[in-house]
Amino acid sequence: MTEASAPVAEPASVPVLDRPIPPRGWVVIGRKEIGDHVSSARFVVLLIVLGLAAGIPLYLAAEQIRNLASQVSGAQAVFLAMWVIGAQDSSIFQLNVTIQSFVGLAAPLLGIAFAFDAVNGERSQGTLPRLISQPIYRDDIINGKFAGALAVISLVLVSVMIFIAGFGMIRLGIVPSLGEVIRLGLWVVVTIVYVGVWLALGLLLSVAVRRAATSALMGLGSWLLLVVFGKFIVNLFIAFFIRVPANGTAQEQLQVAQLQDFVTRLLPTTLYTEASIVLLNPRATSTGGTLGTLGQYDQAQQQIPSLLSLDQSLLLVWPHIVALVAIMAVLFAAAYIRFMRQEVRA
Amino acid sequence: MSGAGRTESRSGRIRTEPPIRTRALTKQYGDLNAVDGLDLEVRPGEIFGLLGANGAGKTTTILMLLGLTERTSGAVRVVGFDPARNPLEVKRRVGYLPDAVGFYDDMTGRENLRYTARLNGLKGQAAEEKIETVLDQVRLSDRADDRAGTYSRGMLQRLGIADALVKDPTVLILDEPTTAIDPIGVVEILEMLRGLVRDRGVTILLSSHLLTQVQSVCDRVGIFAAGKLVGIGTVPELATRFGEGDAHVEVAFEGVSDPATSDRVAGFLAAIPDVAEVRRATSLLAPWTLVVRPPDSAIRVREAVLAVSAREGLHLTSIRSVVASLDEIYTKAVRAAGLASGSHRPSGDRPAAGGRAVA
Repeated sequence: MTEASAPVAEPASVPVLDRPIPPRGWVVIGRKEIGDHVSSARFVVLLIVLGLAAGIPLYLAAEQIRNLASQVSGAQAVFLAMWVIGAQDSSIFQLNVTIQSFVGLAAPLLGIAFAFDAVNGERSQGTLPRLISQPIYRDDIINGKFAGALAVISLVLVSVMIFIAGFGMIRLGIVPSLGEVIRLGLWVVVTIVYVGVWLALGLLLSVAVRRAATSALMGLGSWLLLVVFGKFIVNLFIAFFIRVPANGTAQEQLQVAQLQDFVTRLLPTTLYTEASIVLLNPRATSTGGTLGTLGQYDQAQQQIPSLLSLDQSLLLVWPHIVALVAIMAVLFAAAYIRFMRQEVRA
Repeated sequence: MSGAGRTESRSGRIRTEPPIRTRALTKQYGDLNAVDGLDLEVRPGEIFGLLGANGAGKTTTILMLLGLTERTSGAVRVVGFDPARNPLEVKRRVGYLPDAVGFYDDMTGRENLRYTARLNGLKGQAAEEKIETVLDQVRLSDRADDRAGTYSRGMLQRLGIADALVKDPTVLILDEPTTAIDPIGVVEILEMLRGLVRDRGVTILLSSHLLTQVQSVCDRVGIFAAGKLVGIGTVPELATRFGEGDAHVEVAFEGVSDPATSDRVAGFLAAIPDVAEVRRATSLLAPWTLVVRPPDSAIRVREAVLAVSAREGLHLTSIRSVVASLDEIYTKAVRAAGLASGSHRPSGDRPAAGGRAVA
């Protein structure tokens, strides 16, 4: 009976480990990713692209502001004008050459460039099985990669914006008001979310597509499709499927326009552009689109040039921000689920 | 308490759970049974070889042991945990060298290990010391600060073992540790594994399709074919079980150079009871092989050879029992399993260890 009362020893094969499970594996992975990115060629590309995206429009905007200096003195929100004013006669492909629009064009590319080989790169290097056999959860890998890339892009983005602000203050003598600084900050945040959407898409591609080159091409393809030709394609499709007779009533025309607006707003690009314009331009009282012209018409009729207060602007773009976050979450979740179900083996 | 089942031992003796144990472990990919009702037990402090052809289910088994692939059915316990429920606890204690291990090319060997250490919660001085120790163990200290991209395949393999050792594992699981390595590298790695078991008391499970290569280092082997374990035991045990009812004894003589002497020696050897066949040396220095039937007589035959040599003044230089090569055993075991249709495994009775190797 003494045997029976003897305490059951710990199984000899289970040693007690003194070190805890690293609580946040994604932090370790994220840190390594930051280190990798900063010393990689794509970081140089990031600097050049964002530098050009800021530099060229800034040069043009500065020109404009100098020319109009006499008129704009005393006008409100001149500081933010640096982001939304470009050369009037130098629009390329109907794209205004402004910092805002350049950043909007480059951000998706950067997001894809920093994530397209996140998981399949580990796979082709043969490091994925090793990584995954460490005491971390599988989602730590995706989270870490996302966080690392977003941190690097955000860092450069914020630096460039601070540089522009500094340029404006020192060279042009424009001192921002507190409201303008907050608006600019909010715009940077929205831009980071927008980059996050494309990072999530890049991650999804890197999980779903085995070859990094294919994944990069698909990323580029979706950029062309959604950012460059997005609106054009949407309108083309709607025009193709819904024929408005030439002598259609205004009601019918309006319905088609509304549909176009709705579908266009499903594109992250549209959401971002509209949110940017409202945040950076206190004069904007509606969010673009086809129907924006109606809003402007409205405004013109009222003949009251007024600035929206910050909370009014926010109210206007809140749905856009929520929609962007939602798109990012959906893409992220898709990458996550796909990765969890994937076999480790090549 | 003769039939000491697990329940009795629970209340009585100290419960020592085997580091790795599976029961009816099964993995299906569609209609294919990659692993089919696997019962495996690896004992503490042994080197267990999981041997089988490519596609036999070795890697799938290993991935299930680590909780990296979900099993279809069956039970697994690794270092006391179920890898499907507690993957982190398992992964903290089990070092894993994947098949075709890779490292970040633009980081040095040391940096690669540092990353693994961080992922295991090791930081600062403790981590650096640990890294230095394991690098020393795999003899990579002098190349540790070169980029991993410049390493040879063998060095990468060694770095992989170091990487698995950083977390101070109780169990090491090595998937094809000797593939794509030159013969000298193989010997080095196998010696290193022996040393690890001796010095640190780790338990090692390794898989290989190069049977003879790992034969020397494994305490026990499991022969794996089409997702099933067709044989398990020490190499001599398996040789007895799957051998064709004979054992081999190698003898070598000095001064047997002319055909006349050779014939005389052959006559003496053939006269020994139970020697079924005498295979003469193919070259001057090579040993002769005596085929002994039944295999149990190997010891008596060896004694008889000694006696004959002493009586006839033959200059015997060496004598030893040799076990059939694992390749032969493998082929026979697989064939035997193929014939035993319907049953999961060939009968589980262990034969008495007869022709134990003296090598």
